[in-house]
Amino acid sequence: MQNVRLLAEAFDPAAELATFTAAHPNAGGIVSFLGQVRAEGDVEALELRHYGPMTLPGMQALAAEAARRWALDGLLIVHRHGAMGPGDPIVLVAAASRHRRDAFAAADFAMDHLKSESWFWKREKTAAGWHWIEPRAEDHSDKARWG
Amino acid sequence: MSAKLVFLGRLEDVAGTPDLDVEPGPLEALLARLDPALAVELLGERVRLALNGRLLNDPGGIVLADGDELAFLPPVSGG
Repeated sequence: MQNVRLLAEAFDPAAELATFTAAHPNAGGIVSFLGQVRAEGDVEALELRHYGPMTLPGMQALAAEAARRWALDGLLIVHRHGAMGPGDPIVLVAAASRHRRDAFAAADFAMDHLKSESWFWKREKTAAGWHWIEPRAEDHSDKARWG
Repeated sequence: MSAKLVFLGRLEDVAGTPDLDVEPGPLEALLARLDPALAVELLGERVRLALNGRLLNDPGGIVLADGDELAFLPPVSGG
């Protein structure tokens, strides 16, 4: 029911969502969120690093917690690591449920925790070279909403 | 006989390497043998420690055994 993957290569969000939707014909609603690399300023590339022993297990625990909190038919989390360019998909979250509110809440919850709690470190490449991105205060206040 | 230190995120740049094989033993003794500038960063208030993939709530008094992997995890910035 929970499909959680950490990928080194690019993925096709539309194809992922089509497969997920087809697998859950009994769901009354499917909510999805796609995060992509912003095309802005002088950023040439973005790299997400992970830590093998902890990143995917942490994402699986997050999916299990979402499934415990809301009545879901299915939950999909696909997350990239490695180097990406502007416009590349980074993360896709989709939640399927009988009624829409559970799906909205579960997808929102999963994204807030992926941003603030999952074991990823981000750096950007500009003409000046690579530099690490510090966490945003908003990411922590977003997570705090969930208690 | 060796244990491994793993440096995540910007700590990799500070260390100049993603990981380092060290002699097993007390963490304090290991840190004392590192570049002091790196040791200070590794002991930063916001750096979490994980031993063999498990987050440590109280990193005090760690003694690394042969084959142990100790990761230093700075604040995350993902998604």
